[in-house]
Amino acid sequence: MKLDCKHVWAQVSDYIDGSVSPEMKADIERHLANCRYCSAVLDSTRNILVLVGDERTFEVPVGFGERLHGRLQEWMDSSGTGG
Amino acid sequence: MKSAAEKDAKQSALAAETAAREAELIARILAGERELFHELIRPYERGLYVAAYAIVQHEADAEDVAQEAVIKAYKGLKSFRGDARFSTWLMAITLNEARSRWRQAKGEQLDFLSDCEESAGDYTPSVLADWRYIPSEQLERKELRQALQEAMAKLSPEHREALILRDVRGMSIAETAEATGANEGLVKVRLFRARISMQKLLAPKLAPKQRGFMGWLTRKAGGQ
Repeated sequence: MKLDCKHVWAQVSDYIDGSVSPEMKADIERHLANCRYCSAVLDSTRNILVLVGDERTFEVPVGFGERLHGRLQEWMDSSGTGG
Repeated sequence: MKSAAEKDAKQSALAAETAAREAELIARILAGERELFHELIRPYERGLYVAAYAIVQHEADAEDVAQEAVIKAYKGLKSFRGDARFSTWLMAITLNEARSRWRQAKGEQLDFLSDCEESAGDYTPSVLADWRYIPSEQLERKELRQALQEAMAKLSPEHREALILRDVRGMSIAETAEATGANEGLVKVRLFRARISMQKLLAPKLAPKQRGFMGWLTRKAGGQ
């Protein structure tokens, strides 16, 4: 099937997840081979998701782990019962 | 290069190994070795904070949510049946805690399970002529991290939730559905909207040809 750009955009997320059918995948890739705009949409989306998923993007406050385990321990000590 | 099937098999084996190790830890905790609970949650604590922050958008509240969630998980460990992964169960507790905090703060009754949310809305990407790959090393620059965080803050809480679980925590669609209580179809819709929105918000800013990524970073750093 010949896809237009809007059809490709609608599939970008599933395509990234690898959850489109083999036929749809082939149709999308045929379109991408001839459409620099949709290729840029796909590349930019993938790139942004890689950056979002990087540990450095969302830092955890300094001392977070110590405070978390400290409060948990405090609760365990005061509750007296396990699990 | 490994095939996708080999990768899947390796991941399944690792997941089974983790599940077996955690099941053993849980049995020992319930038998009285309660200190082991610290060990059980340690691999997930960072993820709990990030997921809580995705919803409440406030550092101290997110930290408090994560603390409350681990205490609730400890108290409810007996009820963990092992049908889902421990990490998914723990995440579901954290999300419930974060949603409840968010509702209190906003005084709103947001239905995280509704599938008719924002039926309107423009979910088309920003169209560019080309894209030059931005390597992860650029995240050393505060301006880029800030741009990503600001874009994320503009998404709705349920879109942020889906994006964080899938694209930051690397959970599968099925696990994301299980942790959020939404069905897989709704998770996919939210994910599509969240990803397209992020592209739309960030691509024009970061694209080299349109405004100049390095130039944008420099202007941003200079407060212009």
